[in-house]
Amino acid sequence: MKVQISSERCQGHGRCYDLAPGLFGEDDEGYGTVLGDAIVPPGQESAARLAVANCPERAVELLEET
Amino acid sequence: MAVDDRFARDYRQDRDDQPEGTRNEIITGPVSDWATDFSHLEPEWSADPYPIQDDLRQRCPIAHTDRFGGGWLPTRYEDVASIAYDPERFSSRAIIMSNFRPPHEIAPVGGSPPISSDPPFHHDARKLLLPAFTKAAVGRQEPGTRALCHSLVDAFGERDVVDAAAEYAQHIPMRVIADMLGFPPEDGPQFRIFVENTLEGVNLPPEERIARMTQLFDYLVAQVHDHLDHPREDLTTYLINAELHGRKLEPSHVVGTLVLLLIAGIDTTWSAIGASLWHLAKTPADRERLVAEPGLLPTATEEFLRAYAPVTMARLVRQDMHWRGADMKADDWILLSFPAANRDPAQFDRAGEVVIDRQANRHAAFGLGIHRCVGSHLARMELRTALEVWLERIPEFTLEDPSAVTWSAGQIRGPRALPLRIR
Repeated sequence: MKVQISSERCQGHGRCYDLAPGLFGEDDEGYGTVLGDAIVPPGQESAARLAVANCPERAVELLEET
Repeated sequence: MAVDDRFARDYRQDRDDQPEGTRNEIITGPVSDWATDFSHLEPEWSADPYPIQDDLRQRCPIAHTDRFGGGWLPTRYEDVASIAYDPERFSSRAIIMSNFRPPHEIAPVGGSPPISSDPPFHHDARKLLLPAFTKAAVGRQEPGTRALCHSLVDAFGERDVVDAAAEYAQHIPMRVIADMLGFPPEDGPQFRIFVENTLEGVNLPPEERIARMTQLFDYLVAQVHDHLDHPREDLTTYLINAELHGRKLEPSHVVGTLVLLLIAGIDTTWSAIGASLWHLAKTPADRERLVAEPGLLPTATEEFLRAYAPVTMARLVRQDMHWRGADMKADDWILLSFPAANRDPAQFDRAGEVVIDRQANRHAAFGLGIHRCVGSHLARMELRTALEVWLERIPEFTLEDPSAVTWSAGQIRGPRALPLRIR
């Protein structure tokens, strides 16, 4: 499972890095960034889903690997 | 280095040759039908706008009024979001729905950039402010905010009843923004007057409104001069020195942005803190649960922001168009109600209820799109800290007299008198 942020849609609300600080960070202007290789480690899946479900701009996406 | 003489003469004196904007007849008094005659300045709306919005959402999702020279009120989340995402058709040239439309020539900068700005200017003006308002940057204000909250509770002394709006909520954002701007903390009472004049005085006669706004600008120009004489590490000095497109900012841009930061930073957060305490005072089950489970507070805070979103914005229609069933004319207002969007059952389960452990909460309290509230991280920090300290110090409290609670009028809604029994 991977996370990604659409930089087109992100407006820097910061819900992702509030709710899943292990997966997301903020840049110098407050826009969300994906930390590391974007792969969701075991135990962080629910934090990832919470970040998706709370982004007001629908900028955070979860890519389920098949 | 050349002396900075941008502020040597009052920049407002150079505006005599500019177009003046347009004024319309001021219409006040009881609303006949909210679908065709709405007014967010009438007492019925201030007291409880939610039943009005719910009714409109069902029978007429986009209401109209002839007041304020003509305007529209969308009540569905989908319509509010579409307008927020469409600055090409809905301009931010003015964002307070009033009886005055500033001249077209003021765009794309507007009177208080970047909230009043349209693309492409908006992006660069906003970029100047973003670094000062990141979560990391505002985190540095948290220890001071916490200490302030404690000192406000200390000041209650042995009294049984206190006004949580006037004695607690209002002081927190006032002091924090005064510190960030480098304004004297003892000027707080003046800020309150400026805020009320700007946001609640919209139906006053024009001469009075102009006179009151002049007081605000005079105060800010004096602060700019003080910072020119005594530069220091704060946002005012930062704005004075900031450059945009290779030049220092126009004096009107510096002062206009100070207007925004001062006004928008205060009564919005004051309202959010007050509305949250009001809810907890009248809902013992939620209050007891948060006292028992402080870890739930961040989630509950988001729900208070959804259910009691304090901020409604405005836009101006750019040109005549037929939009989702509404015959919009150029320069019609749009009253962009994020509170109404946040209670749309098509977007939220149990939209009309306050569910303090709501997990999925894609609310629009801080707006959507390019104008997302630049102070949202600051507001969240202040709101969370204010509630944490209050619940820690005063775990039991009730409404002393529900009928004594008063709410502000206009586009920012929150309690202005909130007597609570605290022991």
